[in-house]
Amino acid sequence: MIKDSSAVADTEQVEKASKSPSGFHILWREIVRDKIALVSLIFLVLITVTVYGVSFFLDYKEIVKVDLLSIHQAPNDEFILGTDYGGRDVFGQLLIGTRNSLSIGILVTLMTGVIGIIYGLVSGYFGGTVDNIMMRILDFFMILPFLMIVIVFVAMVPKYSVISFSLIMTAFLWMGIARLIRSKALQEKELDYVQASKTLGSSNLKIMFTQVLPNLSSIIIVNMTLNLAGNIGLESGLSFLGFGFPEDTPSLGTLLSYATNPQTLEYRWWIWVPAAILILFLMLSVNNVGQALKRATDARQRRG
Amino acid sequence: MWKFTVRRILIMIPQIILLSVLVFLMAKMMPGDALSGLIDPNIDAETIEAKREQLGLNDPWYVQYGDWVEGLFHGDLGQSFRFKMPVSELIGQRLANTFWLSLATLILIYAISIPLGIISGRYNDSWADQFITGYTYIGFATPLFIFALVMLWIFGFHFSWFPTGGSVAPGMEPGTFEYVMSKIQHLLLPAISMALIATVGTVQYLRNEIIDTKQKDFILTARAKGASESRVYNRHILRNSLLPIAAFFGYEITGLIGGTVFVETIFSYPGMGQLFLESITMRDYSVVTALVLLFGIATILGALLSDIILSLVDPRIRIK
Repeated sequence: MIKDSSAVADTEQVEKASKSPSGFHILWREIVRDKIALVSLIFLVLITVTVYGVSFFLDYKEIVKVDLLSIHQAPNDEFILGTDYGGRDVFGQLLIGTRNSLSIGILVTLMTGVIGIIYGLVSGYFGGTVDNIMMRILDFFMILPFLMIVIVFVAMVPKYSVISFSLIMTAFLWMGIARLIRSKALQEKELDYVQASKTLGSSNLKIMFTQVLPNLSSIIIVNMTLNLAGNIGLESGLSFLGFGFPEDTPSLGTLLSYATNPQTLEYRWWIWVPAAILILFLMLSVNNVGQALKRATDARQRRG
Repeated sequence: MWKFTVRRILIMIPQIILLSVLVFLMAKMMPGDALSGLIDPNIDAETIEAKREQLGLNDPWYVQYGDWVEGLFHGDLGQSFRFKMPVSELIGQRLANTFWLSLATLILIYAISIPLGIISGRYNDSWADQFITGYTYIGFATPLFIFALVMLWIFGFHFSWFPTGGSVAPGMEPGTFEYVMSKIQHLLLPAISMALIATVGTVQYLRNEIIDTKQKDFILTARAKGASESRVYNRHILRNSLLPIAAFFGYEITGLIGGTVFVETIFSYPGMGQLFLESITMRDYSVVTALVLLFGIATILGALLSDIILSLVDPRIRIK
């Protein structure tokens, strides 16, 4: 009796060990093992919950309202982080700016992701002439001077809004992920399961999106996480130059752009230093998580 | 070798043509045309119309494109609306400044990345390596413009070690020793700021490359022959690891182009990047068009350079 139950336990254990963990499980385990990545993830979740939660209660109009009686106040009891040149509360702008920067970062990452994945899958899966033509088009986008072109479009588009800004950014940022997916799809389509599925008569569309795509999911997650950090940086950089968010929508970059005034840079640290630190920590945290995920996709580098 | 280079240059030609078409169409979409830089508002509409006809502005777009390209070959980039001078002259002044800034940055990038990469790769997992890896980790996540702002704040304003704007102190006589020194002093802080961020990728790459090469069989052979440790590193490992770094040279140039826009704005350095932002704010579109075209061609040439160096370094690419 006793012997039997242990044998059962043994086979259970063998079964458990032989069943390979799912992709998401591996990603999660790597993050938990990497203390820095775990702390970064907690920080990100806290920041996200805070800025989205608080912005429900903040009076948006109150924050962007110009109050000439209280311009350039140093941090005090009423304004925790002082005020800017229009007498606006820097702390409130910081919260809303973080929310806006995060939102656009996520939006652009998702949009470039969708375009890049479809483009890369089609190009890699069909290969041959289709691939050749699609890659030449992609090459052309790659050699465009990104920053200049985006600035020109931002300056030219009539009725400029947050939506048009994210569309412009997406239009010139989808190539990296498309290239990656294409090279993976090229490898993947040679594998037996794709051939088997073809023999069974599955349509190309079905193979591409329900069979090949799931196998690339972990790479896509890693790449999009790292892109998110880059996109937050790009958005704040463009807003810093004055070609990002429209003027009535504060972003972290907008707060930093006040520092182009030497007086502000030198004497009014409360306006731009918190925004700078916040961008830095946001990008570091997203990067940390992304690097941990990247390690997880390569079995040789895994820690967990 | 030559076959690859020629083929690579042939690929470049349609790219440049496409770029020029795109830039031209962009220019057409912008408000104003070649005339708005020249006319004074008192001239009546009929004269303007005659002038438009004479300049070919009423022709179909492909004829205009042909004229525009022909002008480009003669160095005619149009008229600046703001400065009332030919764009080519205007850019000429700024081009030199940006060239020197980029050159200084490139020199600094390699002066920083090669020693750091070697230390990090040779003594991997030592405290020095951990320190350098930490720097690359943070540098990778830091946006250039924030770092440049902080550098300007600390070294420009707080310590006043460097000038906080311009490319040369006023009243300097060109050609004198003081003039050159003042130029160098003005471009040093922007160049250091840009280099410290841009160098991060190269350091990481060189480190991984050296660690990889260290474990290869031919290094074991070299050691077995009795080659000294310094010989193994300087002759065998370094030679192999530095080659891919050389191939990145062209892409560094591409990266610098975006960087100069930020750095020149922050340090008020009168170069092409600053001119670009000023012109677009002032709606001086002929300058904008010319600059986008120039930056685009520079990007294409950078990629070309990298591919050619890469094919020199790695014969496998040529065969493919």
